[in-house]
Amino acid sequence: MPSVAPTERKISIAEALREGIAEEMRRDPSVFLIGEDIGVPGGFGGAFGVYLGLPEEFGRERIIDTPISEKAIAGAALGAALMGMRPIADMQYSDFLFECMDEMVNQAAKMRYMSGGKLKAPMVMRAPVGATQRGAQHGQCPESYFCHVPGIKVVCVSDAYHAKGLIKSAVRDDNPVLVFEHKMLYGSKGRQMAGGMDLTCHVPAEEYTFPIGKAVVKRQGADLTIVATHICLYRALAAAEALAADGIDCEIIDPLTLVPLDTETIWTSVRKTGRLMIVHEDTLTGGWGAEIAALAAEHCIYSLKGPIKRVAAMDAPVPCSPILEEAVIPSQARIAAAIRDQMNQ
Amino acid sequence: MSVLAAEVSREVALGLHRQMLAIRRFEERVYTLYLEGEIPGTLHQCQGQEAVAAGVCANLAKTDWITSTHRPHGHALAKGVSMRSAMAELYGKVTGCCRGKGGSMHLGDPAVGMLPAIAIVGGGNTVVTGLGLSFKLRKTGQVAVCFFGEGASNEGAFHEGLNFAAVKQLPIVFVCENNLYGASTSFDQVSLVPNVADRASAYGVEASTADGMDALAVYDAARVAIDKARSGRGPILLECKTYRFIGHSRGDARGYRSKAEEAEWLAKDPIPRIERDIVRMGLGTEADIDELRRSVEDELEDAILFSRESPLPQVSDAMEDVYA
Ligand SMILES: Cc1ncc(C[n+]2csc(CCOP(=O)(O)OP(=O)(O)O)c2C)c(N)n1
Repeated sequence: MPSVAPTERKISIAEALREGIAEEMRRDPSVFLIGEDIGVPGGFGGAFGVYLGLPEEFGRERIIDTPISEKAIAGAALGAALMGMRPIADMQYSDFLFECMDEMVNQAAKMRYMSGGKLKAPMVMRAPVGATQRGAQHGQCPESYFCHVPGIKVVCVSDAYHAKGLIKSAVRDDNPVLVFEHKMLYGSKGRQMAGGMDLTCHVPAEEYTFPIGKAVVKRQGADLTIVATHICLYRALAAAEALAADGIDCEIIDPLTLVPLDTETIWTSVRKTGRLMIVHEDTLTGGWGAEIAALAAEHCIYSLKGPIKRVAAMDAPVPCSPILEEAVIPSQARIAAAIRDQMNQ
Repeated sequence: MSVLAAEVSREVALGLHRQMLAIRRFEERVYTLYLEGEIPGTLHQCQGQEAVAAGVCANLAKTDWITSTHRPHGHALAKGVSMRSAMAELYGKVTGCCRGKGGSMHLGDPAVGMLPAIAIVGGGNTVVTGLGLSFKLRKTGQVAVCFFGEGASNEGAFHEGLNFAAVKQLPIVFVCENNLYGASTSFDQVSLVPNVADRASAYGVEASTADGMDALAVYDAARVAIDKARSGRGPILLECKTYRFIGHSRGDARGYRSKAEEAEWLAKDPIPRIERDIVRMGLGTEADIDELRRSVEDELEDAILFSRESPLPQVSDAMEDVYA
């Protein structure tokens, strides 16, 4: 965590990612970016502006704009990684990962293993998740599909400090790393206007990395452990603050990496509180919350005072109408109600 | 004036004009309503491209089907989705054509032969083959049209769909709206082949191109293509050269293209063009055109009023229709 005063240098997740990527590109000439609409002059700097300014510094040789061809993006990133480069590939929306499932799941995840350990695939794939009133094909949270695939690491960033530290670790990692970011959390002006939150936080200007596979405790508490990512993390934090007045003391953990999962941090907390809740925007059935619940049942069932609870998106596609979208994805109110419920069990 | 335009009837010409005007005015009002916060979400609009939707769909029966893209408003209106139910869908109301679940990027209605628009680029290009396959297997005489952008022709789905349709000789017209840009990326940066139509020959598919800023030309080319497909000589690829007058989605400042280029295309606006053609060809008068304008405004106002007054979906609707 930052060792200096948190007011010192506040930047957004988008800026932190940009800074981390730029540092890695300066440090290592084998790092390059590849994706749609990422470096076009007068363009968007990527779907959420993360790459703005990078083409000016690194040139369009290393900020590679592609046709609308996700299979080629993932395949080229993988191929270059196998040849010793360190590509950062970009999916404009994580929903489009399904276009390149073969490259990700059949190829990237398995090259190391199929080669008997002779090859490595140090590629990063960035993918924005989350419902933002764009309907069923632009609002999914597909993290769990990839948690199921041995050979891929899965990272979820929820604040600027860890975004910078983790994107740098992802670039340096020798495995395919999928980095999921939430669209409402980038913290750019547009997001805030669209109802997103101000998520700027202190980010050191100097070099640092944050390890893949390490969770952080975001709030200390005695009564209930909540594991949550992305926007659900902030809704859980807000719910916890509101319930503190009623004497409910939640401990909140941001796992940051889903694979490999920092079970140590989670179990330590569960053994202390005796209660576990998992909150995610991905749908309930087969979501990564189910995996944590199953692991907790295996590893700390005797510490539990009651059933484990999952709060997740309802098992439906993301509907477009705001009233339906709000109903489907976990709201602060739904999380708060679940906490009360669990404390009464 | 297009070569074959002389054969066009008054009814067709005025019909194309009204359709384009309806799409243009719908898009313009929707944009304002979006900025005013009445319409949620995001928008991909089609001002400038109206001639393609209007010219193609004027040749389709209600029983023919289309697939569309993230930019579907024009296709939906031209295929017969009512302005009320399209507008209400944008408002997220239960009276919308997808009961509020689809939104702007998924407009469509099976009742008029339109799948919910597919917002995955190239997504429709494979799905449409199944429509064509079922028409062929059941010998129904129906035709399927797949609208897609030039950007989509770089997706594998474009190639797989086209080749499959070709080898199975399916009654499909693939209509490419080549508006020069996929989001911020100009087609010449991502394809060494300047025309999407040129790609068809790789699959043994017949292709043609049309001036997508001329509704009569599109109408004519689409009629030929659709007739061929219907008679079992499909598939056909029809590329229409067009331009979107607005940004890719709301809030796109269009810094990737020049003002001069925009001006050049704005001068080709298909709506004043058909108005000039109608008068010049003696198919109608200024008074006819004014009357159409008034009727479009009335329909639009009615659609907005209807959408405002329509109920929102019930929260309990969220779990309806996940499965049949
Ligand atoms: C598979 C997939 N990749 C990327 C996108 C993001 N995206 C939406 S529209 C678009 C550009 C599409 O260009 P084109 O096919 O030419 O259609 P146009 O927008 O010009 O109508 C892109 C890249 C998407 N929706 N689906």
